[in-house]
Amino acid sequence: MALFDYTLKELQEKLHNKEITVTDLVDASFARIHEVDEEVQAFLTLNEEAARAKAKKLDEQVDTSVNLLFGIPAGIKDNMVTKGLRTTCASKLLDNFEDPLYNATVVDRLDKENTVTIGKLNMDEFAMGSSNENSGYTPTRNPWNTDYVPGGSSGGSAAAVAANEVFFSLGSDTGGSIRQPAAFCGVVGLKPTYGLVSRFGLVAFASSLDQIGPITRTVADNAHLLQAIAGYDQMDSTSANIDVPNYSEAMKENVKGLKIAVPKEYLQEGVNSEVKEAVLQALKVYEDLGATWEEVSLPHSKYAVAAYYLLSSSEASANLARFDGVRYGVRSENATNMLDMFKLSRSEGFGDEVKRRIMLGTFALSSGYYDAYYKKAQKVRTLIKNDFEKVFEDYDVIIGPTTPTPAFKVGEKIDDPLTMYANDILTIPVNLAGVPGMSIPCGFSSEGLPIGLQIIAKHFDESTIYRTAYAFEQATDHHKKRPTLGGAK
Amino acid sequence: MSDISKEQVKHVAHLARLAITDEEVEKMTKQLGDIINYAELLNELDTDNVEPTTHVLDLKNVMRKDEPKKWIEKEDALKNAPDQQDGQFRVPSILE
Repeated sequence: MALFDYTLKELQEKLHNKEITVTDLVDASFARIHEVDEEVQAFLTLNEEAARAKAKKLDEQVDTSVNLLFGIPAGIKDNMVTKGLRTTCASKLLDNFEDPLYNATVVDRLDKENTVTIGKLNMDEFAMGSSNENSGYTPTRNPWNTDYVPGGSSGGSAAAVAANEVFFSLGSDTGGSIRQPAAFCGVVGLKPTYGLVSRFGLVAFASSLDQIGPITRTVADNAHLLQAIAGYDQMDSTSANIDVPNYSEAMKENVKGLKIAVPKEYLQEGVNSEVKEAVLQALKVYEDLGATWEEVSLPHSKYAVAAYYLLSSSEASANLARFDGVRYGVRSENATNMLDMFKLSRSEGFGDEVKRRIMLGTFALSSGYYDAYYKKAQKVRTLIKNDFEKVFEDYDVIIGPTTPTPAFKVGEKIDDPLTMYANDILTIPVNLAGVPGMSIPCGFSSEGLPIGLQIIAKHFDESTIYRTAYAFEQATDHHKKRPTLGGAK
Repeated sequence: MSDISKEQVKHVAHLARLAITDEEVEKMTKQLGDIINYAELLNELDTDNVEPTTHVLDLKNVMRKDEPKKWIEKEDALKNAPDQQDGQFRVPSILE
C-alpha cells in the first residue's frame, strides 16, 4: 500500500512505530505534487522549504506526540490567511499579498496539532464560483478526468485530496463550495453548522453564510479534523459557545432505527438519472443497515438559488469594499486621483464574476431596491429555514444528492451565470438554514465520474452526520477508488 | 419583468467603485437584467407576515473590556502596502 492509502490513525501508528517519518509523508506530498500538479493545478503557492524544515523538527519529537494529526501534510484553501505565506484568494488583486500578518484561527489550531502546511490551494476568485474556472490564475482540473471541472469554489482543496497531493485540506462553503467539489472529486467534505468553526482569518465573502470545513478521503479522518478545528473562538463574534462532542466516538454508533427524510424536491426533474439511481442505491444500503426512510417535502427549495444570490452578493459587495489598493493588494498604476485609484485598482484586479456579484449586491442594497430584493430574500430565507426545522421534528437526517449532475466539462457553463448558479440548487438551502451538511462518495457515472451523497442534520448535530456517513462507508467501497492520474496509483 | 437600464448599471458601478468600459456596460446590463428577472421568482411568495432572517443562530453582540493591547506593529501593518511614506500609507492626492 502507498502512504496515501492509509487513514490518519494508521499513519499515526506507523509514525509511532518508526516505520515512517514525518519527512517521508512530506516528501510523498511534494513528490506527488511535482508529478501531477501541472495537470491538476490544485496549488497556487507551495510552502516547500518551511514544510520540509518543520518535518525535520517534528521527526525529532515523534515519541512525545499523542494526537492523530501529528506530522500530517495539509493543504489550505487560499482564502484563509497564513502568517508569512502568500494568500491571494486566487485574485490578481492580491497577487502581491506575500506576507500576511497573522494566521486564521483554523490554521493556528492545525499548527497546535503539528500538521504540516504543504501549500495554498486554488479556488474560484474570492470563493465565487462552482467550477474553479473563476480562478484569477489557472483553473484547477478534475483528477478523475482533466477535461472536467473539479467543482468550486474549493476545487483545489477537493482535487488535491483526490489526487493524493495532501492527506487532507480545509475548504470554505458559502453555498456548496465544500460539498459540491467533494462530490465532483469523490472525497468527503463537511460544511459544519454555521458558527461551529471560527472564521477569524477567513477572507469574508458572505458573512451570514460562510463556514470553514475539512475535506478528507474518509469519514473517520474528517471527524478527527473537525475535532481539531471546531469550538469557540473569542476572535470571531459569530462563533458559537457550545461544548464540542467527541465526533469519532459518536461516529461508531450504528444506524439501526435511524429516521431518514428524502426531500422529493431533491430527486425531481433536473437531477440526472445516474445520480438519482446512486442515491436510491444508497438508501437501500441504509435499509439493509436497519434505518428507515420516507419521502418528505422542503417546499421552498426552488426559491433558494434566487434568495441566495441576492443575499450573498449583497454581503459580498460590502465585504469586498475593503480591497481599495491602500493597505494591501495591487494598486493600479494608471490613476492620478484617489477615486480613480479605487476604481481602477478594483477593476483591474477583480475578475468578471466578482465584479458581477459586487454589482448585483450593490444594486440589491441600493436606495429604492433594498426592500424589494434584499429584505425579500431575507424573508424567503426564513421560509427555507422553517422547512428544515419542520422536517427535523420527525427525522434524524435528510439525505439526497449533493449535486444534480456529476462534474461538467471545462468551458461548458462558464458563459451563462444562471446555468452555473443552478448547479448549487441542492447545496444552497443548507447554508441558508445554517445547518450542517456533508458530501460522501456514493457511486460513479458511466463516464467514471464520482457521485456525491449529501447528508444533512440539524444545527450542531454533526455527530449524527458522521454516524450516518460512517455506517455507509463501512458498508461500501466507493471511497477506496482513486483516480489513475499520472499513470500511478 | 423588471429591467435594469444602462444608466443604472453605470450608477451602480460608481457606487461599487468599479470603472467599467462601454462594452462591459452592455454585457453587465444584459446579465444583471437576467439575474434580477430570475429573482422576481421570489415574488410568487407572500411574505407579508414573515420575519426576515439576518442570522440563523441566536447570537448576541459580544462585548469585551475596552483595554489597549499590543497586536500588530506599525512597520508590520505597512509591509504589504503598495505605497508608504514616513510610517503612513501613501495615496494619490485627495483634493483636486
